[in-house]
Amino acid sequence: MAVVPAVLRSEWTKIRSVRSTVWTLSLAVLITVALGVLISALTNNNFSRMPASEQITFDATYTSFAGMSLGQLLMIVFGVLVVSNEYSTGMIRASLAAVPQRGTFLFSKIAVATLLAFVVGEITAFIAFFAGQASLGSHSAHISDPGVLRAVFGGGLYLTLISVFAMGCAAMLRSPLLSLAILMPFFFLISNILHAVSATRHVANYLPDQAGQKVMMVVTTGDSRPYGPWIGLLIMALWVIAALVGGYAVLKERDA
Amino acid sequence: MIELHGLTKRFGEKLAVDSLTFSVRPGMVTGFLGPNGAGKSTTMRLMLGLDRPTAGDVRIDGKHYQDLDEPLRYIGALLEAQARHPGRSAYNHLLCLAQSNRIPRARVAEVLDLVGLQAVAKKRTKGFSLGMGQRLGIAAALLGDPTILMFDEPVNGLDPEGIHWIRNLMKRLAAEGRTVFVSSHLMSEMALTADHLVVIGKGKLLADTTMAEFIRQNSRSFVRVRTPQPEQLRDALHGAGITAVTAADGSYEISGVTAARLGDLAAQHRIVLHELSPQQASLEEAFMQLTAETVEYHAHETPPPEPVAAEPVAEPAGAWGENWQQRGRGRSGEGG
Ligand SMILES: Nc1ncnc2c1ncn2[C@@H]1O[C@H](COP(=O)(O)OP(=O)(O)OP(=O)(O)O)[C@@H](O)[C@H]1O
Ligand SMILES: [Mg+2]
Repeated sequence: MAVVPAVLRSEWTKIRSVRSTVWTLSLAVLITVALGVLISALTNNNFSRMPASEQITFDATYTSFAGMSLGQLLMIVFGVLVVSNEYSTGMIRASLAAVPQRGTFLFSKIAVATLLAFVVGEITAFIAFFAGQASLGSHSAHISDPGVLRAVFGGGLYLTLISVFAMGCAAMLRSPLLSLAILMPFFFLISNILHAVSATRHVANYLPDQAGQKVMMVVTTGDSRPYGPWIGLLIMALWVIAALVGGYAVLKERDA
Repeated sequence: MIELHGLTKRFGEKLAVDSLTFSVRPGMVTGFLGPNGAGKSTTMRLMLGLDRPTAGDVRIDGKHYQDLDEPLRYIGALLEAQARHPGRSAYNHLLCLAQSNRIPRARVAEVLDLVGLQAVAKKRTKGFSLGMGQRLGIAAALLGDPTILMFDEPVNGLDPEGIHWIRNLMKRLAAEGRTVFVSSHLMSEMALTADHLVVIGKGKLLADTTMAEFIRQNSRSFVRVRTPQPEQLRDALHGAGITAVTAADGSYEISGVTAARLGDLAAQHRIVLHELSPQQASLEEAFMQLTAETVEYHAHETPPPEPVAAEPVAEPAGAWGENWQQRGRGRSGEGG
């Protein structure tokens, strides 16, 4: 059998030696933080004009994560490219000739990419939080407030999981364009629309992103999700596992 | 040693590889010949476990490819299609492959040097020419210093110097006792490098023979004779115990006799000759004839190759292709 640490090292070399890794991940940090700061600053300026009901349920932490809706798309692009680049370039043939145990190959690749996504995700979440709170002035939350640390750490996990979900989908679909054409509009528009419409909301609550976002909320008054933060993250994790199982099933059987 | 047993691959309706049984032995260069679309590249992908066979199997030193520990140390392959990320440097491309099989980092620089790419090692392969890409593929094949090497049309895109280099490389690797399996559609190219030949057409095995035997059987020379007095010539030849074959254009093809002897004979019988020319049937022609029936993609402008000595002449070995197929089967029978 292939030696797993050796395959992990090989996958790390692959991931660090292409430019798409650097630009997708650095853009993810940049966009999430910048948009979070912008929205936080605007909210701070308009706070007194907000309706009282909104002021009472104001969630300073979640507000600083406003950039996640765009930032997550970059994490998705990262996840898609890490996997589907193998197919679009033909590298998969060299990779599988070197590591014919396809499960070892796929999961080593995903493990390395996940670890990197986790580090970048946590960095993003913490910077977004602190920069966002700095822009919120007197309305800011403190990291030691109840539930805040969980929400910030959870925000990093959310970005990690959405990226791994994209890796699983890319392993099933193979084509980078097809994968992006499905995932980007889904997570940017469709999921949010389904969640905004009351008729579909109770179903949309169980979509991977909607479920995972629960962990980032500190104030949950008025939220329709009938579960807590960790259960929400667990629901998202189940989606991720399903995507990975699907990706593995496709890789195992098909011609490379 | 690579052993194929009843290897079959179907793509939908298309039978790309049709129950191939043969083995590739160490210590020699085995040429793998077939016209476009014959199934050579598919067979090679099946050997590497990249495509899943519809039936049959391949064993490498008795093992399935998936069961090899660190396969790059056993078998190195240059595939037909580019198998690399264009945004990664040549060095990193080889490094990631080396690391996966625990091949020392120093070996990467070694093979880059061997194929002459050290100057562009740190460059992204995006800008590589066809020949540079081919050299990088060869470097990847040599990375694990494997005992089995497989090259799918290695001379593709190489300049004359590169072609010369790869020919010598293959011979040297075989002389070191390694198994070298190389595909081509050029018989002339194979005649210069291969010790053994496996010919396929439409996925089926057509011949499995030594190169020497193939040449002996197929480079038979004959003399072409053209005369306005065919009856007299036939009688004269008959009287001398010489057999002639009538070619499509009405001339005679006579083997086993020199042109001088035929000239003398004609003079004795006062027969006018319009042509008396020694001919050598090329290996390329023999190959085309062997695969003529299986060629899928004929160019429309070109008429099918003129049959050369289509009928048995000196020895009843006209159907040599079938003979070789039988030998192939006989051997596989022993093996299985
Ligand atoms: N992935 C695939 N899907 C469908 N058909 C395929 C696939 N790969 C190969 N084929 C078909 O199988 C047949 C054999 O193709 P293959 O590439 O193995 O031939 P080849 O002998 O390598 O030809 P060439 O000399 O042109 O390289 C062809 O008819 C080809 O169209
Ligand atoms: Mg081919």
